[in-house]
Amino acid sequence: MVSSVTENFYDVVENVAREAYVMSLKDIPPDVRKALSAAIGAEREERAVQIMRTMLDAAELGDTGMIVCQDTGIPIYWLRIGTARYVDGSRVGAAIEEGVRRATLETPFRSSIVHPVSRLNRQDSTGEGIPVIHFDFAAGADYLDLLMMPKGSGSENWSFLKMLLPADGEPGIRRFILECVVAAGGKACPPLVVGVGLGGSSDQCVALAKQATARPVGQRHPDAKVAAFEMDMLARINQLGIGPQGLGGDTTALDVHVERAWTHNSMNPVAVNMQCWRGERRAARIHYSDLGVDWSYSW
Amino acid sequence: MVIRLTTPLSEEAVRELSAGDQVTISGTVWGLRDATLIYWHDGGHDFPADLSGGVLLHTQPNARKDGERWVPVCVGTTTSQRMDRFTRPLLERLGIRAILGKGGMSADTAAAMAEHGCVYLAVIGGAASLETLQIEEIEEVYWEHLLPECLWRFRVRDLGPLFVAIDAHGRNLHEDIASRSREHLARLIAG
Repeated sequence: MVSSVTENFYDVVENVAREAYVMSLKDIPPDVRKALSAAIGAEREERAVQIMRTMLDAAELGDTGMIVCQDTGIPIYWLRIGTARYVDGSRVGAAIEEGVRRATLETPFRSSIVHPVSRLNRQDSTGEGIPVIHFDFAAGADYLDLLMMPKGSGSENWSFLKMLLPADGEPGIRRFILECVVAAGGKACPPLVVGVGLGGSSDQCVALAKQATARPVGQRHPDAKVAAFEMDMLARINQLGIGPQGLGGDTTALDVHVERAWTHNSMNPVAVNMQCWRGERRAARIHYSDLGVDWSYSW
Repeated sequence: MVIRLTTPLSEEAVRELSAGDQVTISGTVWGLRDATLIYWHDGGHDFPADLSGGVLLHTQPNARKDGERWVPVCVGTTTSQRMDRFTRPLLERLGIRAILGKGGMSADTAAAMAEHGCVYLAVIGGAASLETLQIEEIEEVYWEHLLPECLWRFRVRDLGPLFVAIDAHGRNLHEDIASRSREHLARLIAG
């Protein structure tokens, strides 16, 4: 029988959930800024350069404590609960919901969350099923890892799933990804991080695509073949000419990330999820032993 | 060169602009979006203020109420495509001269803008921190029950950079670029 985390643990989770939400809105990750700077150097279209410079200026204002984008999004949390101690998952969920509520009311920022039919807004960024919380476990770990992504509608409205046929193979996958990027055009706030889910069941595939967008820009998939596919897709996407904000240029995407799972032998599912140019996310590790928190931008 | 525009905008001034021009706007800008326009158009409610000849911004801001006054926290721009179906009626009934948004608008909107003398100005989406500093004041908020999708009256100074993405002569920059990207598709899918 493992020992339990201390009572204070749940308060720390609440505070971290709150802080992670607020920080993700203000602090644009360093890998994203580096990628934007590199894109400015390589871009041939003058207007595109000016747009990306303005984006970096807006990110710098975030460093002064301003929220960078007005869309504070759907709050999404990914958790890996270390199993070295007993943790009450339902209390973790409740603590995160309270953290979301406090972030919204105490900052304050707008609540974008509404009932799907009546459109009622509780004004605290919560509702049935919101915040979105993905629970997973880390065998034997003496800590909890949390990743927060606020997802704005501009990019999330351009989410795609297609159950391709096995015979469609890799060319079919390539076609679908490119068609999705063209359909999103300037509306998903490019330059994008294009997240791709390959395989799994339909729901799993969509979640993989979303998870793929959380990987730092420039970090490749550990499998060399997948990594090569990511690089190849990035080069193709950046020949579409859509450019920053859909106003033309060489920089339509900052990166393409693929996550995969095995699938059924008569299925070939592909999902695409777009992350806008800000790549907002924040990660934290809460140690069970001393309730110390290590902050980072990915897990 | 940056063209500095001040509200109210005349039809003549708007018709002089060409797709690709860079502009800034100073003066009065009205903020609204989905729920505001659904309430107006589908709900049949007249706007509680005179928007005729005005400039619109697709937004639902973050703002906090300080006593009776609203103070901007973060004011940015939303995707305009969702507002396409309301745009022709807005131009026909209210003679709107400029709409600020992001991501582009439809061919029908471009046609209506050419007919009525209006331009679509692209804001850099997601750079709301910068945009917020260009808002001098939230002068009035109407329809607070739609919060945060109220009707907001902003006083702005040198709001921009803005790019003329649809001019009053039927040119649609986003659509031109999108159609070129569709032409590249077949080549990029192959091999």
